[in-house]
Amino acid sequence: MSSVVLASVSLENVLVIGALLFSIGLYVSLSKRNAVGILMGVELMLNAVNVTFLAFSRYVESPRPLDGQVFAMFVIAIAAAEAAVALALAVAVYRHRETVNIDEIDLLRW
Amino acid sequence: MIDDAGVVVAFWVIAVSTVVCALMVAAVRNLVHAVLFLALTFVGVAGIYIVLAADFVALVQVLIYAGAVGVLMTFAIMLTPAADRRNSETIFQAPAAVLAGLVLAIVTFVAYDTEWRISGRDAFPATAASLGEAFLKPYVVPFEVVSVLLMTAMIGAIVLTREEGDDV
Amino acid sequence: MTGALLTIITDNWWDIRDLSNLSGAIRDLVSDAGGPGWLVYVVAGLLGAAGIVTFVGVTAIINIWIERRVVGRMQSRLGPNRPGPVGLLQPLADAIKLMQKEVLQPKLADALVFTAAPIAFTVPGIAVLAVVPWGRNMTLASLDAGIVFIFAMSSLAALAVFIGGYGSNNKYALFGSMRVIAMLVTYEIPIVMSLLGIAMFAGTMNLDGIVRFQEDHWLFLIMLQPLAFVIYFMSSSAELNRTPADLAEAESEIAGGYHVEYSGMKFGLYYAAELINCVTVSAIIATLFLGGWWAYKLDEIVPGWMIYIGKVYAVYFLFIWTRGTLPRFRIDQLLAFAWKWMTPMALVNVLMVAAEVLIWEETGWSAGVLLPIYVVLNNALALALIVAWVRVFAPRFERFPDRPRFYSTIDVPSLPAVAPVQPGTQSQ
Repeated sequence: MSSVVLASVSLENVLVIGALLFSIGLYVSLSKRNAVGILMGVELMLNAVNVTFLAFSRYVESPRPLDGQVFAMFVIAIAAAEAAVALALAVAVYRHRETVNIDEIDLLRW
Repeated sequence: MIDDAGVVVAFWVIAVSTVVCALMVAAVRNLVHAVLFLALTFVGVAGIYIVLAADFVALVQVLIYAGAVGVLMTFAIMLTPAADRRNSETIFQAPAAVLAGLVLAIVTFVAYDTEWRISGRDAFPATAASLGEAFLKPYVVPFEVVSVLLMTAMIGAIVLTREEGDDV
Repeated sequence: MTGALLTIITDNWWDIRDLSNLSGAIRDLVSDAGGPGWLVYVVAGLLGAAGIVTFVGVTAIINIWIERRVVGRMQSRLGPNRPGPVGLLQPLADAIKLMQKEVLQPKLADALVFTAAPIAFTVPGIAVLAVVPWGRNMTLASLDAGIVFIFAMSSLAALAVFIGGYGSNNKYALFGSMRVIAMLVTYEIPIVMSLLGIAMFAGTMNLDGIVRFQEDHWLFLIMLQPLAFVIYFMSSSAELNRTPADLAEAESEIAGGYHVEYSGMKFGLYYAAELINCVTVSAIIATLFLGGWWAYKLDEIVPGWMIYIGKVYAVYFLFIWTRGTLPRFRIDQLLAFAWKWMTPMALVNVLMVAAEVLIWEETGWSAGVLLPIYVVLNNALALALIVAWVRVFAPRFERFPDRPRFYSTIDVPSLPAVAPVQPGTQSQ
């Protein structure tokens, strides 16, 4: 469509963006003290996975290229369910312990 | 192949701002700000989806993530008023950073090292109708299972957050 | 999203019956001058966006006057009438007043959130106007999933209001925000369900396609979907925080709600955003239920965008009407209404539409025969369901309003007997 091709977005570029988001999510979910913060990391990772799904669906040879998008939709649905349950857990824990810091919720530690 | 100049510029602008917002989620010292940057990240990811010709998924992403999950997280923070809101790290900060860096390095290496079977297809035309077909024809069983799962999660969340002695 | 943006029809650029001619001419100018393809798209997009933002700005200013005058008339008072003839300069006076005011910010407010909230609240309402068709060829972004785009944008506004209330660091602001969230979450379901019926009938979620469906079948979708219209109208007035449901800013309860701490132009932005959102919802209703720019044969004489704006203002008048005449709900009443009436009714409506569309597709009967039957059927159903709900679920004294209510229940103690004062004993 364009007469002047400046540059192009390749599959690798999108995958690296996905990897960046994933590793930030991994770092957040492993290092944060607050349970809500950990959940944020998990959501970031799920988003990164979705980016990867959609990138493959857009670029890679496949008999049914739209399957990547279908998978992304499933991931979104399950992430929503997971967020609801996880935040409910955080609120329930808060009722008992007055904190949602995971390093203080150590009742089972010997 | 995406090589339309406007789309390329849009992709890089969106991608860089998304990653910066995601970094802010890790960096800011206020949990509520972290949630807001997370919502911005979700919107940015939706922009990346649009570049990847997934318009319907992008809209669903804004609807569910930026709208619902963002509000849900803010709610969870509000409902835990005496909890720590400093967005601080545990002792696992350094190992987590190392692990995340390793994952990034490995995935980047794999992404550039693999010979992907790139197809030269054009962007999908609007995907809402074909996604609907996919959900109701080949993927109808997973679709129903997901609806049951959502129902279960909803009931589970209600049961978890119910006060003891609530008889409603 | 390199899909269809503005489509050009070859006509003279000065022909204001179709404003896309002008933008098309400018686009041609750019591409003739050797501009690359993406530049043409950017120019087209910017032109459309400029048009929409201009419309939004002008309507926000005009609507201040319209709303206050009309509500004033409905409440047997004059409304603003000092600045200019019949108060026409009132918006200007308001704006000058707001701009002169100092923008106060509570000391313990969250500065970033406090400033970002009004902006984030304004943007989604304007963004929705990009997908509505303003005329036959006048859609800025003809999104294939336009209805989902509307839902997505309205869910963004929820987060904006919430962080505004949180950032103010004020208890009443947070109460208001919590109410907004409760209302938005509750009313999102009937809204989605009611528009689902529209999408099923039209067979598309593209707003252009929905208008084209109404044009093809020679009817407004409000005739086919009266129940959906009622549900959508009520639910969106709850989402807009307008008076039957303005619990989020109830002055008499929580002193202004989520914008209690805002002043100056930040408050002005909230105020404008509410008017803009109302116009946006009116535009959605005018597109989905009232045929958009199409009006039987009228759109061959009058420019489509004028018809469309006329319809938008007709719906907007309905919103002003409800605001001017109805008292405010309690929060539990409002939520119970959504769960106990709106959602079941919307589900019934979806079921009905599904059955009708199935019959239509399976039998292959012509639309000319089936659609009038459906119109009668759906109107009867809507009427029956509304009447039945009022009969069954309304409190007893509202079902029989002529029965005196508090007459026998309130026990007024009789006054103690006082001995009559004698004139002679009074002076001592």
